[in-house]
Amino acid sequence: MTRTPTRRARPKTTLRPQPAVGVSVPKRDGEEKVTGRALYVDDLKFPGMLHGRTVRSMVARGIIRRVEFDPAFDWNGVVIADHKDIPGLNCVAHLTEDQPLLAVREIEHADQAILLVAHADPERAQAALGAVRVEVESIDAVLSIEDSLAARVKIRGADNVLKEYNIARGDLAAGFADADVVVEGVYRCGHQEQLYLENNGMIAERTAEGGIVVRGSMQCPYFVHHALQRTFGLPPERIRVIQTVTGGGFGGKEDYPSLLAGHAALLAWKSGRPVKIVYDRLEDIAATTKRHPAVVRVRTGHRRDGTLVATDVDAVMDGGAYVTMSPVVLSRGALHAGGAYRCPNVRIRARAMATNTPPNGAFRGFGVPQTVYAMESHMDRVAAELGLDPLVLRRRNAVVVGDVTPTGQVLHESVSAVEVLDRTAERAGWAEKRRRYGRENAAAERAERAGRFAPGGRRLRRGIGLALGWHGAGFTGGGEVRLNSLAALDLSPEGRPRVLAANVEIGQGAITVFTQMVAERLGVSPDLVLVETPDTDRVPNSGPTVASRTTMVVGGLLEQCARAMRERLELFAERALDGDADFRRVARRFLAERGPLRVERRYQKPAHIVWNEETYQGDAYPCFSYGAVAVEVEADLDTGEVRVLRVTTAQDIGRAIHPLLCIGQIEGGTLQGLGWALLEEVRWKDGRIWNHQLTNYIIPTAVDAPPLDVLIVENPYSGGPFGAKGVGELPMDVPAGAVVAAVAHATGARMDEIPITPERLLRALDGREERR
Amino acid sequence: MRAALSTLEVARPRDLAHALKLLHASLDAGRLVPLAGGTDLFVTLNSGLVPGRRFLDLWSLRELRGVRDQAGRLVLGALTTFSEIREHALVRRRYPALAAAAAEIGAWQVQNRGTLGGNIANASPAGDSLPVLLALEAVVHARSVRGTREVPFTALFRGYRDLALEPDELITAVSLPDPDAPPPLRAGAARRGAHPPRAQQFFRQVGTRRAQSISKVALAGLLRLGRDGRVDLARVALGSVAPVTLRAGRAERVLLGARPSAAVAAAARAALLEDIAPIDDIRSDREYRRRVSGNLLEQFLRVADPRFARR
Ligand SMILES: Cc1cc2nc3c(=O)[nH]c(=O)nc-3n(C[C@H](O)[C@H](O)[C@H](O)COP(=O)(O)OP(=O)(O)OC[C@H]3O[C@@H](n4cnc5c(N)ncnc54)[C@H](O)[C@@H]3O)c2cc1C
Repeated sequence: MTRTPTRRARPKTTLRPQPAVGVSVPKRDGEEKVTGRALYVDDLKFPGMLHGRTVRSMVARGIIRRVEFDPAFDWNGVVIADHKDIPGLNCVAHLTEDQPLLAVREIEHADQAILLVAHADPERAQAALGAVRVEVESIDAVLSIEDSLAARVKIRGADNVLKEYNIARGDLAAGFADADVVVEGVYRCGHQEQLYLENNGMIAERTAEGGIVVRGSMQCPYFVHHALQRTFGLPPERIRVIQTVTGGGFGGKEDYPSLLAGHAALLAWKSGRPVKIVYDRLEDIAATTKRHPAVVRVRTGHRRDGTLVATDVDAVMDGGAYVTMSPVVLSRGALHAGGAYRCPNVRIRARAMATNTPPNGAFRGFGVPQTVYAMESHMDRVAAELGLDPLVLRRRNAVVVGDVTPTGQVLHESVSAVEVLDRTAERAGWAEKRRRYGRENAAAERAERAGRFAPGGRRLRRGIGLALGWHGAGFTGGGEVRLNSLAALDLSPEGRPRVLAANVEIGQGAITVFTQMVAERLGVSPDLVLVETPDTDRVPNSGPTVASRTTMVVGGLLEQCARAMRERLELFAERALDGDADFRRVARRFLAERGPLRVERRYQKPAHIVWNEETYQGDAYPCFSYGAVAVEVEADLDTGEVRVLRVTTAQDIGRAIHPLLCIGQIEGGTLQGLGWALLEEVRWKDGRIWNHQLTNYIIPTAVDAPPLDVLIVENPYSGGPFGAKGVGELPMDVPAGAVVAAVAHATGARMDEIPITPERLLRALDGREERR
Repeated sequence: MRAALSTLEVARPRDLAHALKLLHASLDAGRLVPLAGGTDLFVTLNSGLVPGRRFLDLWSLRELRGVRDQAGRLVLGALTTFSEIREHALVRRRYPALAAAAAEIGAWQVQNRGTLGGNIANASPAGDSLPVLLALEAVVHARSVRGTREVPFTALFRGYRDLALEPDELITAVSLPDPDAPPPLRAGAARRGAHPPRAQQFFRQVGTRRAQSISKVALAGLLRLGRDGRVDLARVALGSVAPVTLRAGRAERVLLGARPSAAVAAAARAALLEDIAPIDDIRSDREYRRRVSGNLLEQFLRVADPRFARR
């Protein structure tokens, strides 16, 4: 299956096409989604297909004592699979192989999968679920970071630590000794659900040749491919993974689909029939991965003018019951924990702790939102303690070209921390609003004391807060080298260029951007470029669609492929190519005379990038993107509710290949950041997620979304295609710190835990009123 | 959808009489569950809780539709949707608190489909129209094969989700007195001045986000000052702070007959805490609800009369 662009009338002249890069061309997948023609995994049906359901643990930790199948239930036509049916390893292969596909004896988190049932009728499958009774003997569980650190109950080794990193630079003790002021704070943040519109879903088939085909909603076809090889003990060529149209991911379809594909495939393997498992929202929220909660202690030393001389960060994240993605989430969080600031003496310690909760996984930002939120909240506190304008404090310390990060990485180019701060502040009217809100709040306070109230009798206060963030594009350290990505470009039989990559469209615009970059280099219009469906039988392994890497890394490979293809065709034609029609003429002639044309490019590490995995020193990322956010809020003193009035943000992403899609990423990521900071709270009861419904897991609605004023800054990175860096995650990293600062400005309450729910804020405000 | 929809049946009655007959007849063999807009019922079905296997579709019953002004009482058919209420000119003029509540329920899609009768019969302590109907002293019109009955809203909720209706009764309508109608003349008392002052109406629900939010606290109020400057009508009703939507009788009694002052407001606030019994639950906690209930009462009082906030 090839995704073809929708036909639009195009003049039949051979005018040289307009530039393709930097233009907001129609989104390649837009029309089929808007018109409802796009088929998601739940829209697909196969003859003889069964519907799978998952029997899960109700307790957080325990021992399975008995599994009972209700004898009164009609089990005809029900397929049942448990761990004994797994032909290969009972594991979900990620970085480590500690997570079982199905529980054997030990239960390590609530909603852990124990066995699978399937039936041709989804209603019978659902009923069968209710006819299985699993008796689990409950044992003491570890349910929080604090409990895990205390290690009274040990669930991992002697100390419950899943992974630890230490990063050091300079002389910390000397730095603190040198400081005029030392400020310390502890900052907490909770779980967050990705809440893609389309729930996780997968269909698996066992092939006549004894192989497996799975289709489904996913970000990383080759992760699934790898995991299935381990589970089924099959060689790579017997496994085929095909991405179906995917309704959002945000990291929630990075690691989890490997598990779900294993479940569907196991049922298909056992029954010999296609099996579909599609979660409903209740199951998806209860069982799938979340953002890691974190407790981050930050201690910094400053000169009186705010200059940072020492930074000591201790970040602890809740990894959940298994290792899964925690080491890499933690690593990225640690590498960004110092913020986009220059500091000669730094110590960063980061630990991921085991708890008896469902494994936390990838989520937009991947550890960075947690540590950047902590650092930015902290900087606002420092500004208050030093009596400095938060903008001035940040400008004084923000990194510039030539500065060195905590891992010793010299920032050689494309460093825009100061520029994004300045442009955000200027556009938001920072200085003026800071003064004005302060004045108005004081006036409101006086008026209310005199019995004069705003219309509607409300007691409202406004504030503005600022934050700065950074995000390294691509895999951390040697990650890209290990991925060893391969992307290709070939010619379709009709003489059109065709992108072959495993990177997926999940709504973010990846395939549109690929067509633009290829088109630009081939001198054709993006419409001419085809994109192959990510299918492991058809596309090479260009790596996962994660880590803000797709445009920069894979787009870069495709751009090189396009250059090479053009060279080949021009050599063949013995002249320059000239637009769409000419390209197709030459391409068809090439196919006829020379046969197929396929150009491949593999990732090459730029020579100047050096990373030492042992010492955690060197170039953690090829480059960073930078963003600043100003958030204006209105807090209601009677209810503790905080409304975001306006967000202004400038983000340097190198080059906007498709400006509108970039704005979309920035708006969406910012709103997700606002939700995390103010509304979204996963609530737990006896180790299970209590609010696993959209009614009670509160995300912002369209009317909660404030006006978002987005400024794209383009400070090109020489190693990225057309200068592009990453944009996908940065917008999620920055807003929370700005929200905390804005709430502090509005109400005087400095909230050290997010989300700032109305309950938390009102408690803090009441505490202050009582102290008066 | 966790409920097995294919196992469910839906009866489509011809008219109200037919519906009542079907409902009555069903009592012996599994009661037919009345189905209005379905916005509550489908949520339960989706989560796999099956309120019944057989449903009685009310949607086409014309007898349950329409909004009429009958001799100063407004009669709203049970199937009146919140969109209709939100946009109804007379509702907006005479019952602004009800219009405000209608506009806060879910969002437009739910307001287009969700009905007043369904909100009442669902009997959730968080139902947003309920405090307003309680404060307006609405009357619920119920009907069964045995005939019609009127149940004052104040007597409607017997306990958590326990409605003072028979299983074969349908809600047909809700009627509202005009809060600003002049009181009936007492013998001998001459009416002074043509227009008595209007009662101030208030509604606010607190639910964290600005749409699609189930109330953590909702407060509806009615307050009128007499010519002598004393409160001569005080009604305060709250949702989500007890097993049922309730009138804050103690707080009302503090207000009634009092002259507005900050001290009276403080006393009413203290009394309110005796009226309500909020709990910690999935949406919020007891402390927050107590605090916010008091804050909303104060906000209501200062909107109704600024003197409540001054010395
Ligand atoms: C997304 C969403 C958001 C929501 N937000 C809110 C909100 O903000 N505030 C709020 O209060 N509610 C909210 N609700 C709940 C719901 O929309 C309301 O309670 C609505 O008024 C129910 O009306 P309905 O006609 O859809 O009831 P149905 O679902 O059809 O019925 C509800 C109950 O009432 C019974 N019933 C219905 N009509 C009658 C009748 N005439 N006589 C006897 N019994 C009857 C039914 O048998 C059933 O038990 C929300 C629901 C959804 C899905």
